[in-house]
Amino acid sequence: MERIPILRMGRFLLVTVQVDLQDEVVQALQDDLTAKIVRYGARGVLLDISALEMVDSFIGRMIGHLAAMSRILDAHTVVCGMQPAVAITLVELGLSLGFVRTALNVEKGMKLLNEAIANDDPHGLLDAEDDERPL
Amino acid sequence: MNVLSDDSLEIRRDADVVACRQAVRARSVEQGFGLVDQTKIVTAASEIARNTLQYGGGGTVRIQKLADGSKQGLRLVFEDRGPGIADIARAMTDGFTTGSGLGKGLSGTKRLVNEFDLWSKPGEGTRITITRWK
Repeated sequence: MERIPILRMGRFLLVTVQVDLQDEVVQALQDDLTAKIVRYGARGVLLDISALEMVDSFIGRMIGHLAAMSRILDAHTVVCGMQPAVAITLVELGLSLGFVRTALNVEKGMKLLNEAIANDDPHGLLDAEDDERPL
Repeated sequence: MNVLSDDSLEIRRDADVVACRQAVRARSVEQGFGLVDQTKIVTAASEIARNTLQYGGGGTVRIQKLADGSKQGLRLVFEDRGPGIADIARAMTDGFTTGSGLGKGLSGTKRLVNEFDLWSKPGEGTRITITRWK
């Protein structure tokens, strides 16, 4: 079974979904992502779905679960790059993903994550020594 | 109305759901569907194919390219010999699920297509026919 790669970028994890998602690949991603959030103390997850040509209710639910799990592990999630046709279809299907933060692209998603983290910690007290810890 | 092509695929495993999506995408492109129409029929196919697998214990899908005068369409017929649906009206309700889903599958799928037909008999199986016209 193929696995979706998770890249570490400082305090963030970047997940770029490039394959046509099979259900078991989605399950594996939940396991891998939560493990990496904990291992790296990641504060944010960027889920880039620009290559996804469709999101059905299963994948939509997976996205919601990933965001909820990450939040419990003290990381914010931003879903970015959704194709317009996917957004139209998703809303007609009845999934608005209203509880998931979204951005048009990775760059804007990164900005949103930085803002979310700054709001968590307005005085910058938490991250000072955390950032440079060895892997 | 003419049937221009008629393919059949097995839905037995997880990977077959992906294969079904890809086949539906290819046929919808051949029919000249725009990107939004393609996405809608592919998403509808994914929903029903997963139902066929999860609730029907596997089955088949027939993919038919249709032409009706100047209109072009795609019809998908999903069939399984699973336990069937006891209460169809309830199964079609937004939010109803017997599984772990959100209960958007059937009612949501109906909104993505132009024609939706569900036949089911407890103990005999389920047949869902969906059609989208360009």
